[in-house]
Amino acid sequence: MSKKLKKVLLKGNEIMAEAAIQAGCRFFAGYPITPQNEVPEYMSARMPEVGGTFIQAESELAAINMLFGASAAGARCMTSSSSPGISLKQEGISYIVAGELGCVIANVQRGGPGLGNIRASQADYFQAVKGGGHGDYRLIVLAPATLPELYELTMNAFDYADYYRNPVMILSDGILGQMAEPVELKPYAPILELPEKDYVLDGCAGREPRVLKTLHLFPVMDLMEHNIHLRAKYARISSELKLVEQIRTDDAELVIAAYGITARVAKGSVSLARAKGMKVGLIRPITLWPFPDGAFCELASSAEKFLVVEMSNGQFIEDVKLATECKKPVEFLGTGGGWYPTAENIFEKIQAVYGEKPSPSFARVQARGRL
Amino acid sequence: MEFNRPDTLYDVRTHYCPGCGHGIIHRLVAEVIDELGVREKTIGTAPVGCAVLLYDYFNCDIIECAHGRPPAVATGIKRTLPDRIVFTYQGDGDLAAIGTNETIHAANRGENITVIFINNAIYGMTGGQMAPTTLMGQKATTAQTGRGNNQEGPPLKVCELLSSLDGVTYLERVAVSSPKDVTRAKKSIKKAFEYQIAGKGFSLVEVLSMCPTAWRQTPLQAVSFVNDRMKEVFPLGVFKDLTSESAGPAEMKDRDEK
Repeated sequence: MSKKLKKVLLKGNEIMAEAAIQAGCRFFAGYPITPQNEVPEYMSARMPEVGGTFIQAESELAAINMLFGASAAGARCMTSSSSPGISLKQEGISYIVAGELGCVIANVQRGGPGLGNIRASQADYFQAVKGGGHGDYRLIVLAPATLPELYELTMNAFDYADYYRNPVMILSDGILGQMAEPVELKPYAPILELPEKDYVLDGCAGREPRVLKTLHLFPVMDLMEHNIHLRAKYARISSELKLVEQIRTDDAELVIAAYGITARVAKGSVSLARAKGMKVGLIRPITLWPFPDGAFCELASSAEKFLVVEMSNGQFIEDVKLATECKKPVEFLGTGGGWYPTAENIFEKIQAVYGEKPSPSFARVQARGRL
Repeated sequence: MEFNRPDTLYDVRTHYCPGCGHGIIHRLVAEVIDELGVREKTIGTAPVGCAVLLYDYFNCDIIECAHGRPPAVATGIKRTLPDRIVFTYQGDGDLAAIGTNETIHAANRGENITVIFINNAIYGMTGGQMAPTTLMGQKATTAQTGRGNNQEGPPLKVCELLSSLDGVTYLERVAVSSPKDVTRAKKSIKKAFEYQIAGKGFSLVEVLSMCPTAWRQTPLQAVSFVNDRMKEVFPLGVFKDLTSESAGPAEMKDRDEK
């Protein structure tokens, strides 16, 4: 008989912070911005209880650079922000990647561009999955759809960060951050066999000094070699870490592709469609990078059509088209500007595109067989 | 007495130009680390600017930071490993332009770190552009007729600025443009490290230094420029010493008399 785990009712932002504490995060630096304020607030109260450090930084830029130092010194560390603040963190993220350090960054996305608004959004998809800052790099990007999943993925994020020595981004949003639902407080247990941190800067007693640098001037091939090394690391992550959930895609003629909170809404529309006898399924990437392209590619053979639903003007859809190699039409329902689709909105779109023949132009392109 | 290379400096040739002050200041920092016996528990931060390559010269753990961010990075290290010695070594562009925010807030939080601030009134590494500390009338590649003709504002005085912050423990401005100045600079740097070891909080030593190359001067002219021009605008002295009875207005008076 397993002991019943304690269930708590917390906001998404709070449960994410608690997961970090459970996973051994002992350094948090952040800056206020809505809708992520509960993360630094929770951390400010919780960190002292576990002997960790909480710093309200002077800016997001300073916060991410504090992580650069804390991670170099061996701490499990985290920062959080929302869209405009994540833009400010991009400088530091690039350096942390270059130095091959691990850390966890949460983006509780809000509407943009600019100051935008404080409603939920998925408008930072490109920034999250295509690098974000300067230079050639990737973040591991996790997209939870429920609070239990947010709790679990946040704990896993620290393992991925340490295992691959790369920053991990939790791509949350204003809805996930502000909603509350019961979560079982599963104790943390590492999901990977974590390597020893033999790169930590803690003073050179009993060893040669270590230099953690991100400048590679000499010899002239040094930076290229570093990039080759990083590329090999990303290839390894790609081959090992693609997470995806599929719902009723076995016989689906129309597959909805959505991630995060949007996928949760889309689940409701799958039920609505199935109740009407329509063969509709859902594919939900849990890792947005590495993108689970294999699962999409397989569905491109079995299904007739895809419908991408996202809270942006069309970003995630580009990766869906790449992964399906444009073998099947990809319809789009996007809500930009901090707005979200309801299950009924998605169902209406399903009714409009389900069974509809591909447009003549798509058929012509396909007939040429060059895609 | 033998004049040996400090253990904390590698026996390598530096990339610094003839007449540059960095070599002297590197040596002073290294001597202090040696004398305090903390090399094996010290983590330094390298800035962006001419001293970016200091990781090739210092025989201790070093992290190389983004431009202006060393105080934030040092904060992360020091809070994670409070019993280690953490210092930043930053130029005027790094500390007083792009990193002013990080400097002020690390200082005001009283982070228990040591900041070595090299003020040579110019951007050296990038080829002589105007620095926040460039003197009025001083020519730079981005102030070709001299500072002051294009609404650049006057030079930023870091010690004066930080001395208004209650969180700061120790601030002193020194120079390396004469043997007497070098001796004083070493004492000041040592005090800044000793305060950190004793857990006393944020220390910053501003060092007026020569940059003959970017100033388009000979090394001797550069020494005179520090002594005759820079010291006038940036007076030497202790601006704050919370642990000393003579701190505060008396110290300021002492400084004015110089």
